[in-house]
Amino acid sequence: MCGIIAVIDRSGGTMDGSGIRSALSMMDERGSGEGAGYAVYGAFPEFADYYAIHVFFDAIHESKAAVDQELEKWGTVVHEEEVPTYENRNIRKVHTPWRYFFRPDPSLMPQSMTPEDDIVMHLVMKVNTTIPGALVFSSGKNVGIFKASGWPEDVADFYRIQDYSGYIWLGHNRYPTNTPGWWGGAHPFNLLGWSVVHNGEITSYGTNRRYIESYGYRCTMYTDTEVVAYLFDLLVRRHGLDPELAVKALAPPFWEDIDCMDEKEQRLFRAIRLAYGSAMMNGPFAIVVAQPDGIVGFTDRIKLRPLVCGTRGQRLYISSEEAAIRIMEPGIEEVFMPRAGEPVIGRLAG
Amino acid sequence: MSIGSVPVRFGISVDHSQCMLCGRCIENCPYDVFRIENDRIHVNSRKCVACHRCIAMCPRDAIHIRERPVDYRSHPLWTPEARESIYNQARTGKIILAGMGNAKPYPIIFDQLVLDACQVTNPSIDPLREPMELRTYIGKKPRKVEYVREGSDVSLTTELSPNLQIETPIMVGHMSYGAISLNAQKSIAMAVTEMGTYMGTGEGGLHPSLYPYQDHMIVQVASGRFGVDINYLERGAAIEIKIGQGAKPGIGGHLPGEKVCEDVSCTRMIPIGSDAISPAPHHDIYSIEDLKQLVRSLKEATEWKKPVFVKIAAVHNSAAIAAGIARSAADAVVIDGFRGGTGAAPRVFRDHVGIPIEAAVASVDAKLRSQGIRNEVSIIASGGIRESADVAKVIALGADAVYIGTAALVAMGCRVCGTCYRGLCPWGIATQRPDLVARLDPAVASRNVANLIHAWTLELSELMGAAGINSIESLRGNRDRLRGYLLDEATMRVLDVKPVGA
Repeated sequence: MCGIIAVIDRSGGTMDGSGIRSALSMMDERGSGEGAGYAVYGAFPEFADYYAIHVFFDAIHESKAAVDQELEKWGTVVHEEEVPTYENRNIRKVHTPWRYFFRPDPSLMPQSMTPEDDIVMHLVMKVNTTIPGALVFSSGKNVGIFKASGWPEDVADFYRIQDYSGYIWLGHNRYPTNTPGWWGGAHPFNLLGWSVVHNGEITSYGTNRRYIESYGYRCTMYTDTEVVAYLFDLLVRRHGLDPELAVKALAPPFWEDIDCMDEKEQRLFRAIRLAYGSAMMNGPFAIVVAQPDGIVGFTDRIKLRPLVCGTRGQRLYISSEEAAIRIMEPGIEEVFMPRAGEPVIGRLAG
Repeated sequence: MSIGSVPVRFGISVDHSQCMLCGRCIENCPYDVFRIENDRIHVNSRKCVACHRCIAMCPRDAIHIRERPVDYRSHPLWTPEARESIYNQARTGKIILAGMGNAKPYPIIFDQLVLDACQVTNPSIDPLREPMELRTYIGKKPRKVEYVREGSDVSLTTELSPNLQIETPIMVGHMSYGAISLNAQKSIAMAVTEMGTYMGTGEGGLHPSLYPYQDHMIVQVASGRFGVDINYLERGAAIEIKIGQGAKPGIGGHLPGEKVCEDVSCTRMIPIGSDAISPAPHHDIYSIEDLKQLVRSLKEATEWKKPVFVKIAAVHNSAAIAAGIARSAADAVVIDGFRGGTGAAPRVFRDHVGIPIEAAVASVDAKLRSQGIRNEVSIIASGGIRESADVAKVIALGADAVYIGTAALVAMGCRVCGTCYRGLCPWGIATQRPDLVARLDPAVASRNVANLIHAWTLELSELMGAAGINSIESLRGNRDRLRGYLLDEATMRVLDVKPVGA
């Protein structure tokens, strides 16, 4: 059933990882100890202008050279290191997590409006589909993803996420049914600036995958969540929708509601449903998507998964459970439950 | 007499202990099978086509029909049909005509695909309690949405092409006035109007008595251009260019002069009693560019207000052809599979030319997506759709909607005897003989067709709900929700489905 939690400090103030660790651990009941993960925005201030490309290697000596070569073809690695981990008796370290700070060479993608993003997206798809034993699981600027197979508190301690700080945190506690034990299957999923945590199952996955793959994305993680990150990338970055309308494309109003809108709104929503019918997500889900300037949480059109929000001052919390928000923020000021399909948006000020 | 008689196809017996000599069988059989002599019903089995009209009308269940009561020596290669075709052609030296769809026992792909349902990890949705959206739009869709935002006010700048809005993804395909009776067309027209969907006129023009239903009719322009004028084009809700038909890909059509009565002649705009021959190709379409021009011409003629469809038979190269069509101004491509029905087709074409709709839709959808032009056209699948599960499966393979043909006729009483080409349909469907046509009451038959569409729509809602899907868009192309059962690997690759258990 999975548990999700997200927080943004809209003034850009930073929080270390200890709060979200305890909040996610509060929801251990929603997981099975086989996958948990965290995303943090603002994690690498000293390399903020470089793409932080995170890779799981099965065996460094076997696949790293191929990844290095691919990166060098498209730009410069300004710094690289193994992601520090700390022995934990509950986590078997089956992969070596590695991070590169990478500067793509925009002149190599001359026909593009967003050459750097397009190069990095190409690299991610290339590595994940052609280099065995290497999986790029995060590729945004100033974004860190920490995930593994284990309980939320063990994964947090394994990476010592309390040593990182950021203005947005996402957390996910997994109850896997599809690919248990595989680190790549744990959330958050990331592509470029987009990170996604998801509770649910997307029954329209086959339709969404076929749609997104016709735009050059390749689904490689054997799970339905990655498609959400790709859909946001397509709709927001490449098609220029704002996040509110992107959510309305992915979880659109029912026709019977559209029929009751005024003429102008009707035209807009009809156009959205016609253009993005194949992008619409069906099935039970609660999702939080983050990008560097904010987060958006939303559920499926009939809210078959829980989503509750809370605010205090500049901080907005979105979670599967109110209890988790209260652990993190005992002085929470307002708690509310968004309606089905209605986006809850937290934007970074200025 | 070197060939002599061949065994009768149907043997009829009358249970005289039940028969009350009411004579209904005699009145109802247009093939003159029954007669009364000496207070007893006598039969001529050789004339029987198994249309079952007598069985349906006999008040005492006194009539029995057996198929091939005296058959040939069995042989796996030299089937009775193979032998009879040879006897027939040895006598006549002609092409053999046949009705209805493909009669060869090819495997049916639909029956080797199974649908998915939710259990535990995601909830099924109960259509009785939750909204379930089957509304479908047929036509060009924008590739992306563009708008101007001023504060909270959003103004759409993307221009929408005209689309047909259908409340269920089931439409009735093109069966012309001429091929079927006016009462049959009227029944279908009343049914689609009631159900919020559409029907095709076929290449037979639009009879004035159907004008009240014109907003639910798609007018067809085929190679004979019968019945086409500006009045006709303007009355239709959409226009369909027919290139080919699943029952007879690559050849034209032929309505025999006997069927061209005064009314048919007026509607088709041809002389009474003249054969209506549609040539194999359109004489103004010899390439994809020519098709593009015809699409634009029809759009110009109707001020770009109506969607234009292009119908092709499912053939080996359908995917590339559909990609070409998608690049024209056309709004939908209709693909007619090799099981599609017909009033009359050369048997050799009906049984041997074309490919199944399941494979054609899968490859067309895949090709359009791989070229990023799937939104440019809707895909309408037709040819051998027998039940709501077929509708669900073909939509999951990538279709937007379906055309049904034979199923709608069966709903009006057709027994699939396959003798439509003789013009004696005892059900009043595939005939123009006034006494036979009068047997079909549009008030009743339209109820039957509407019931069928309604029932399939309900079943489709239940299937979608069970799969955890509340909108038809999320079923479309969702091949993950299909599995192949004892399908060969190569076919599964074309369909892009996994085997059961995987």
